[in-house]
Amino acid sequence: MAKVHVSTTVNGQPMDVLVEPNDSLLDTLRDGLGLTGTKEGCATGDCGACSVMLDGRLVCSCLVLGAEAEGKTIDTIEGVADGDGLHVVQQKFLEHAALQCGICTPGFIVAAKALLERDPNPDETTIRYWLAGNLCRCTGYDKIVRAVQDAANELASPA
Amino acid sequence: MGDYAYAAPATVDSTVELLSSSASSGTRTQVLAGGTDVLVQMRSIDRGPRLIVDVKQLAETNVLSIGEDEIYIGAAIASAILNENAELKSKLPGLIESADLIGSTQIQGRATIGGNLCNSSPAGDTIPALIANSAVCHIVGADGERDVPVEDFVTGVGTNCMADHEFLLGLRVPAPKGNTGDAYLRFIPRTEMDIAVAGAGVRVTLDDSGTCTAARVGIGAVAPTPLLVPEAGDALIGTQVDEEALNAAAAACSAAASPITDKRGTVEYRIKVVGVLCKRAGAIARDRAKAR
Amino acid sequence: MAEAVDLKAIGTRPVRPDGVEKVTGRANFGADLNLPGMLHGKILRSPHAHARIKSIDLSGALAVDGVLAAVSGKDIPGGGDLGDNVLANEKVLYHGHAVAAVAARSAFIAEQALDQIKVEYEVLNPVLSIDDAIADGATLVNESQHTNGDTSQPASNVAAVTKFERGDVEKGFADADVVVEGEYRVPTAHQGYIEPHACTATINEEGKATVWCCTQGQFDVRSMTANCLNKQVSDIRVIPSEIGGGFGGKTTIYLEPVAVKLSEISGRPVKMVMSREEVFRATGPTSATLCRAKVGAKSDGTITAATAWLAYEAGAYPGAPVGPGCMSVLAPYDLENFRIEGRDVLVNKPKVAAYRAPGAPQSMHAMECAIDDLARELDMDPLDLRLKNAADEGTVAPYGPQYPAIGLRACLEAAKVHPNYTTPPAEGQGRGVAVGFWFNIGMQSSAEIRIAENGAVTIMEGSPDIGGSRASMCLMAAETLGIPYENINAHVGDTEATGYCNTTGGSRTTFATGMAVIEACEDIIAQCKERAALTWELDVDQVDWEDGQAVPKPGVNADVKPLSLADIARSAGRTGGPLLGRASLNAQGPGASFSVNWTDVEVDHETGKVDVKAFTGVQDAGRAIHPSYVEGQMQGGAVQGLGWALNEEYIYDADGVMENAGFLDYRVPVTSDMPMIDTQIVEVPNPSHPYGVRGVGETPIVAPLAATSNAVRDALGFRINDLPLSPPRVLAAIDDNE
Repeated sequence: MAKVHVSTTVNGQPMDVLVEPNDSLLDTLRDGLGLTGTKEGCATGDCGACSVMLDGRLVCSCLVLGAEAEGKTIDTIEGVADGDGLHVVQQKFLEHAALQCGICTPGFIVAAKALLERDPNPDETTIRYWLAGNLCRCTGYDKIVRAVQDAANELASPA
Repeated sequence: MGDYAYAAPATVDSTVELLSSSASSGTRTQVLAGGTDVLVQMRSIDRGPRLIVDVKQLAETNVLSIGEDEIYIGAAIASAILNENAELKSKLPGLIESADLIGSTQIQGRATIGGNLCNSSPAGDTIPALIANSAVCHIVGADGERDVPVEDFVTGVGTNCMADHEFLLGLRVPAPKGNTGDAYLRFIPRTEMDIAVAGAGVRVTLDDSGTCTAARVGIGAVAPTPLLVPEAGDALIGTQVDEEALNAAAAACSAAASPITDKRGTVEYRIKVVGVLCKRAGAIARDRAKAR
Repeated sequence: MAEAVDLKAIGTRPVRPDGVEKVTGRANFGADLNLPGMLHGKILRSPHAHARIKSIDLSGALAVDGVLAAVSGKDIPGGGDLGDNVLANEKVLYHGHAVAAVAARSAFIAEQALDQIKVEYEVLNPVLSIDDAIADGATLVNESQHTNGDTSQPASNVAAVTKFERGDVEKGFADADVVVEGEYRVPTAHQGYIEPHACTATINEEGKATVWCCTQGQFDVRSMTANCLNKQVSDIRVIPSEIGGGFGGKTTIYLEPVAVKLSEISGRPVKMVMSREEVFRATGPTSATLCRAKVGAKSDGTITAATAWLAYEAGAYPGAPVGPGCMSVLAPYDLENFRIEGRDVLVNKPKVAAYRAPGAPQSMHAMECAIDDLARELDMDPLDLRLKNAADEGTVAPYGPQYPAIGLRACLEAAKVHPNYTTPPAEGQGRGVAVGFWFNIGMQSSAEIRIAENGAVTIMEGSPDIGGSRASMCLMAAETLGIPYENINAHVGDTEATGYCNTTGGSRTTFATGMAVIEACEDIIAQCKERAALTWELDVDQVDWEDGQAVPKPGVNADVKPLSLADIARSAGRTGGPLLGRASLNAQGPGASFSVNWTDVEVDHETGKVDVKAFTGVQDAGRAIHPSYVEGQMQGGAVQGLGWALNEEYIYDADGVMENAGFLDYRVPVTSDMPMIDTQIVEVPNPSHPYGVRGVGETPIVAPLAATSNAVRDALGFRINDLPLSPPRVLAAIDDNE
């Protein structure tokens, strides 16, 4: 198969990568760029473990072709913590024990961060519906929802 | 074994040209919009190689215009973008809800009404809502442009009226006038992430006395294709869209349904629930119409 | 020291030591390893639920450009049923059964090459239910299977029958004022871990293999893989990755021997990753069951007799968890008369694997529904009825042993006064109560404690950390050593790096591996006292260990400053070399954990949809080492149980093909389906553990099934016996009842 050359920006860095025409963006990130923090749980858009931001919008990277990344901006879990340390959502997931096995955690964190950037003060129902596409089989979601609530509170309170 | 290929033509003409030449050379093609069905299909149901033709880059498939008489929704606009458009949402809340119900937040970032329609599943959530809203498909191909009412677009499970050289540019939806309201409800076992077990879309127009002067009802997941149910609309016209009229419309929906039993529901269940959904959606559409 | 006082570390809620890796995407899971020259392996699976394999021709696949190896069942020479499940030999026994495999330069090429493998089948009738399997003249899944191995009887799909009883059941029922009974079905459910099975294997010219994989037990992967390949365990090194959920489902193997064999043939590392569809079709779910329960009681609530008849689908090979199902079904009760009978039934479905409290949710669903009906008949509060009959310390459990201190009564009493219980359910909602139980296990663990030059502590142990167990190990070490939690890290070693350890399962890790960690810390303390004695020129029995420091015992006349772990470590070279503590044990007395759950539900009478509005779990943890992770087990288990009760099920067509092999239609609960899950931890210390720990991981999934059934019963005014309580079933029942 003729590979497709893709120029894209991942976590702020311009990158070039050759992809198969049928590779998903998830394949491209994991196998092409070595960014294995984004996980595959289903490859059918049902679990959210592969959540990334594509041009500022939350998507399942398993449902995007790698070739579609041309000229786009992609942000993954690897870019969530900046040079100053963990993002508040990451910190709150740790403090609330909002992860057990941790396989769904990158997707949840990317999704929760996207929510708080859009709606800094979501109620429980909003959080639950926003995160409905992220499956967690370990926690029963309780501590995840509380971690997101606490992150929102912390972001809202003056530093 | 053939090969996969990907193309994202820059113009409508070059897209039609590519589709036409592929059709004549026997190359299998698949048009890609949001990809939330296409990628699933090519990775699980049918891995066979094909040319993927991405139509998201075209200006024409991204047109969103809200006119006095017509609302035009480009085929490749992600549902999340539609949902963020307050004017659109206020005019066609039922249609936008039907798009919003498809999948997760992540899916919303990609999935399109056009794709939902072209996937032509009996259970596509936007299709009954489009039918209720008298939407028309704006199609382009080697023979030029044509318009097809949505209720005539889907021809069977996963099939539609478009030729290999054609693709969907957008949807024309008559703008609601006066006291008009729409609503769409579907039933799923969970709160999110499921395919509709049954769905019903209703659009009603009321006069100043609250009497229904126009009504259309579309139903989904209860027949090989989504259906327009004229009898259900007729049951509402001339009434106050009260309980009795809604029950009659519900009965018409149940009568029109010819579902199957599968992993998502039984025949009996679907027949009953499509009526329940029609009744509930009809009440919402009525209240929305009154509130205008 | 079960009544440990003044705990400093235990009971606190620090951030787990592996946390940062897991919230930043750095942690490496099963599919995250890539090696130079690595190939990708894919499995060809049976399109039939039951068929004889007449021939397999791999040549077409081997001819595909980019394919470097192909294997079939004959390449997996050992392992018995396990090996036959890894790659089928004479027959395929379920749709999705592995038949052959290829390794190619890319996963896509490997998948395409599978289409070129020619398999000739003689299709046989599939056996798809317990009813069909036990019927006279049933098709046999395995023609040489005889019940309990008794070859004097004809072959049967019933692989085993288990019976045990006590007292005089008939007299017990005759003495009863009220008798209730019912027949209940629970569907096949999958563990639903989010990470599909994955492994990478490489083997060198000396036949030494290295396997990286996500597993609950690297030592079991080693022995199982060795058995399948007729190798020695010492020929295989297994390196566990982080594990993305298991719940029992990653206690066995599917891919590993195939990957090793493909690597052997190709001379390259081979990575194999299952798709989600493969996970559903071909890895172990748990048993669908048909259970009958009957209970009789005096009008004061005293249970006079109970019987349970339990049949469990094993899938294609013997081994349903019917034993634990039988042993748990009446475990919460102090009974004079009971009879329990269980059947392990072969059907043409995937071989079942462990799933959280294997067997207990199904049998206890039946019995706890019957007990609920009994409470209604007696007009008793369901907690009072259970308190009246509750097993307690000294009760001889229905499954044999006499209970030491157990927390059932404490849980029931805590529930009785819990505000979520004393507040009635909201208008239109129904409430259901049920009790849960799991035995828990001990078994073998090893631990090593290493002290760095700066006094930092490294724990090396062998229990894959599936839900925060490293944090528990560090807390127990901090408590024992008397040093800050932050100075300790815990690592899960591979089979060459740490001592033998049984699988993370049976809720054993915090109990048994924790005990090894505590003993290894005690070993360190003993060594530190010796080093201090040497330094101070005292006898070792003149030295104490207090708050993480060696100090002279009270009354010992020595003008010395206390020596911290760092002080001793820094000078270890002068006092006998590096500090290394170790312990290995076979832990006894794991301590059963009981729970009480209740849930409030609302039923839409027009659609049959059941909404969970509230859920509360009360459970005995013995001692909660890290309470957040104990709560997390309770909450996660509750939601798995609720999912099973409401919507999760394997749906098969008439040919035995699973129709819902994906997360789209195998409907695990999503965030918006669930309310907050309230928890209350009860602590009745386990006398067998230094800090009183009981396993907590499995009990939480047990009671939600019956609690949900009982809540729907309460909401509707009539009972639906079978699960799941999916909308079509509930609406049909409502219509039937009208």
